[in-house]
Amino acid sequence: MSDEVLTAPLVLEYPFTRTTGAIIGAFLTGLKQATMIGVRRSDGSVLCPPLEYDPADASDLDELVEVGQTGTVTTWTWNGAPRPQQPFDQDFAWAMIKLDGADTPMLHAVLVDGAADMSTGMRVQIKWRDDREGHIADIAGFVPVDGTVAVSWVSSEPVESVQSVRTPIRIEYTYTPGSSLSQYLRAMQDKTILGDRCPDTGQVFVPPRGVSPVAGKRTTEMVELPDVGYIESFNITRVPIKMRPDLTPPYCSAWVVLDGASVGFMGLVINVAPEAVRIGMRVRAVWKPDDELEMSATNILGWEPTGEDDVEIADYARIGRVDGGSR
Amino acid sequence: MGKERTAVIGVGQTNYTATRGDVSMAGLLREAALNALEMAGKTWADIDAVVMGKAPDFFEGVMMPEIYLAEALGAVGKPIMRVHTAGSVGGSTACVAASMVQSRVHRTVLTIGWEKQSESNAMWALSLPQPFATSVNAGAGGYFSPIIRRYMMMTDAPELIGCMVAFKDRQHALKNPLAHLHQHDLTFDQVVESPMLWDPIRYSETCPSSDGACAMVLTDEAGGDHHDGPVAWIQGTAMRSESNSYGGRNMVSPAASEECANDVFAQAGIHDRRKEIDAVEMYVPFSWYEPMWLESLGFADKGEGWKMVEQGATSLVGGDLPVNCSGGVLSTNPIGASGMIRFAESALQVMGEAGEHQVDGARTALGHAYGGGAQYFAMWVVSADK
Amino acid sequence: MRDVAVVSVAQRQQATIAGESEVEFMIPVMQQAKEAVGLTQQDIGFTCSGSSDFLAGQAFSFVMTIDGTGPVPPISESHVEQDGAWALYEAWVKLQCGDIDTAFVYSYGKSSPGSLRDVLATQMDPYYVAPLWPDAFAIEALAARQMIESGVVTERQLAEIAHRSRMHAASNHHAVRRREKSVDEIMAEEVVMDPLRRSDLPASADGGCAVVLAAGDVARRLCERPAWIRGIDHRSDAHTLGVRDLTASMSAELAGQHAGVSRDKIDLAELHAPFTTSEHILTNALGLSDETVINPSGGALAAHTMMASGLIRIAEAARRITAGEGDRAVAHASSGPCLQQNLVCVLEGD
Repeated sequence: MSDEVLTAPLVLEYPFTRTTGAIIGAFLTGLKQATMIGVRRSDGSVLCPPLEYDPADASDLDELVEVGQTGTVTTWTWNGAPRPQQPFDQDFAWAMIKLDGADTPMLHAVLVDGAADMSTGMRVQIKWRDDREGHIADIAGFVPVDGTVAVSWVSSEPVESVQSVRTPIRIEYTYTPGSSLSQYLRAMQDKTILGDRCPDTGQVFVPPRGVSPVAGKRTTEMVELPDVGYIESFNITRVPIKMRPDLTPPYCSAWVVLDGASVGFMGLVINVAPEAVRIGMRVRAVWKPDDELEMSATNILGWEPTGEDDVEIADYARIGRVDGGSR
Repeated sequence: MGKERTAVIGVGQTNYTATRGDVSMAGLLREAALNALEMAGKTWADIDAVVMGKAPDFFEGVMMPEIYLAEALGAVGKPIMRVHTAGSVGGSTACVAASMVQSRVHRTVLTIGWEKQSESNAMWALSLPQPFATSVNAGAGGYFSPIIRRYMMMTDAPELIGCMVAFKDRQHALKNPLAHLHQHDLTFDQVVESPMLWDPIRYSETCPSSDGACAMVLTDEAGGDHHDGPVAWIQGTAMRSESNSYGGRNMVSPAASEECANDVFAQAGIHDRRKEIDAVEMYVPFSWYEPMWLESLGFADKGEGWKMVEQGATSLVGGDLPVNCSGGVLSTNPIGASGMIRFAESALQVMGEAGEHQVDGARTALGHAYGGGAQYFAMWVVSADK
Repeated sequence: MRDVAVVSVAQRQQATIAGESEVEFMIPVMQQAKEAVGLTQQDIGFTCSGSSDFLAGQAFSFVMTIDGTGPVPPISESHVEQDGAWALYEAWVKLQCGDIDTAFVYSYGKSSPGSLRDVLATQMDPYYVAPLWPDAFAIEALAARQMIESGVVTERQLAEIAHRSRMHAASNHHAVRRREKSVDEIMAEEVVMDPLRRSDLPASADGGCAVVLAAGDVARRLCERPAWIRGIDHRSDAHTLGVRDLTASMSAELAGQHAGVSRDKIDLAELHAPFTTSEHILTNALGLSDETVINPSGGALAAHTMMASGLIRIAEAARRITAGEGDRAVAHASSGPCLQQNLVCVLEGD
């Protein structure tokens, strides 16, 4: 067996849409209008960006105030080239910037050529993005104050108050299936189905998990299983599911218990009308053509009836078989 | 010295709906927390610790949200924890919060379960891609429908039992102003004629996807005694977990479910469960789980749970063991909160604070939650009496 | 409060654990901790674990690992989406309730499949900060600059911390960064996250940890010299960076006070400090003096297993107490940006 570690890219992404409530919404609306909004705390100090609740005592905050668009860098670090998803078009420094009129600094980027251009205490001003949508990145970044007056202007058109903001997330992982599952996947390429056996009870699990839950032990003994078994129960999906556009309802997914396995897995039942599927029905695997085989469970297109007599189910409450010796 | 007697003195919920577009994430939690504090007659300053529970972080795309939400929940300078046990999380969170007080580590604890599922999509979050795997299901229904099919076959239950449960819970929900689904004109026939989704589960027999939060304030014996208002005393809490797949596993009444129930009822000194429990809030996301859980929890003999449903025994109107008077998960389902809503609603029943969906004279109630492949269970028994 | 002790520990940390799933590599760790005290899973009163879905790239990721405990017949068990130190806290509280005498705690994480420093941006304020995707090293660097520029610490002092971590890690086969470097060599390193050098940043690892807790006489029966938990507490700071003093840790100080750190001399401290700057802050916040050996394991600088680093600090401190290397120790865990949340545990040997 090859020791090469199987990997596959895994990308999790979604365009999260967050509703903001009044305070955060007011700040984001202000960004659309190229203004900076803060909130006043009970001690008179101003938080920017505004929080809904005072960290000091959890009280509600609601007194919104406008703050300036120039400020002072209180600390910084050089980021260099943008990392994945960072909304900047150039090298930049992260910084905490205390805007004039605010008492707390905010995190954002300072757009300069290099670390040599950064210093604590430097004066910076907001550079606005032209197309603003009510998102923290409406601020393209901060730039060194250059002598030109940073004018606070409010758009002549009233803007729609922001009540939600899109904040997409995309994270890339390199998925590795683990030792037992890797062996199973490699064997799949040869149309071989592997399970793993519990060292204590002899129970055989497919797909293999590397662990026997009945013993709490590693399973290292692999067992080759035939590609025939029976259906323990099944589901018929009658409406289309977005995640599987290739499947046309009604389709049947079933617990398939292979001969020699102690418990089943979910498989698609094919080449038979869903109405004709029965608990106890004997099925066999329908494989992809040889030239399409991969290291994947998708090699099995589905499970079709063998025509043999149904298996009799003794106990409808329990699943699988209790193989091997008793505990 | 035994455990500290622990009381629920405040329950707070948000109104539940598909999308709470009017609030931020923190705003949603605050609403429930403030409602709980108000009922408890407490302020943020009175809270010693916060225990938060919710379902996977991917639902809202915030990793470990207790970090961000500490400020909104008054937890600056205090301990805050975040429990995650799949669908049972709201229940296990309440159990963890209870143990903080029962152990005398803290006196007054705020516990909250929540989900703002509208920020993403529940179906997406529940079916994240997995390389090399072939997935034939989307969502939980496809997982549970084969189990329900087995129950139906082994009991020979009439086909419409599930519809009866769904109809009952939606009728109950009409008496709960906070519930997500308020199907005023719903008829039983409409439930029956609803399209099959995951055969044998109809669309009408499935839970909605909801935004919402549910909070409770728990305190010690002195706090419960001095509280100016009704109190629910915690008589027992239990959690049990098992593997979701192994040969010989009872899928219809998992061992973890039965052992959890045995433990919690023993702690509470309950011997005749059907007689001594006045109201049940159990986690039923798909209708047939009501008769299944009735059996698993020992309210009905094996194979007979469906008869209780058929006889109307679990209805608020005329039933001797009303189940899910709040409308249950079938009417409201912010996943991270649903378990806590069960626990909270059971407390409201014995506090006499369940409003229109109050079971008359309820003094002892069960709160129940489950999750994963029906493998995680959390339960508690609360009573108006110490 | 009931006397509760750590009676056995086990860990595994490696730069990358390739080819083994989380449950596969955790089973030997879990077994080792239980076997060391002759307990089976069925003997144990309560189990609690810690892990993160975001780290694993999978929702409900902890469902895969519970099989490793052998939860058949069912077990009393729960899970936190936090570092295992918080799972240990939950188990300690459960033991205080009095119904059980033993508890089993485990936590694990694989940082290698993703980019941890980028994933951690999703912990930040989802409206104002996270959408800018500031990575975790950058956030710490902002605090580091403030510390240096305000005179709270010098770069050389940070290099001394990094040097000491490497020196200690050289004799810890679980550590990843074990090559000794002098202070001058470290000072000569390139600054990679201004003002932080490579040695100021954590050496990421995959792995996990398992710990057995026991109460009273049961602890004495299972372990010759149990590491008694004399105090344990955790607190949170504010989250918003702009309202915090990033040069100190209010919540670590508070947790340390509640845990009773200063009641007596501390022989050794295992601090969950992923950065040299964090270690400096924590040393001050907990009032640790020169008498205390800090991070004899090399600490999280030498091996940072996300979601288990805190539990591993408790394990490292406890096993040294049990081995007689000290009589009183502090173990610490942290969570969130710039030490936002801190858990402090005081351990003592008889």
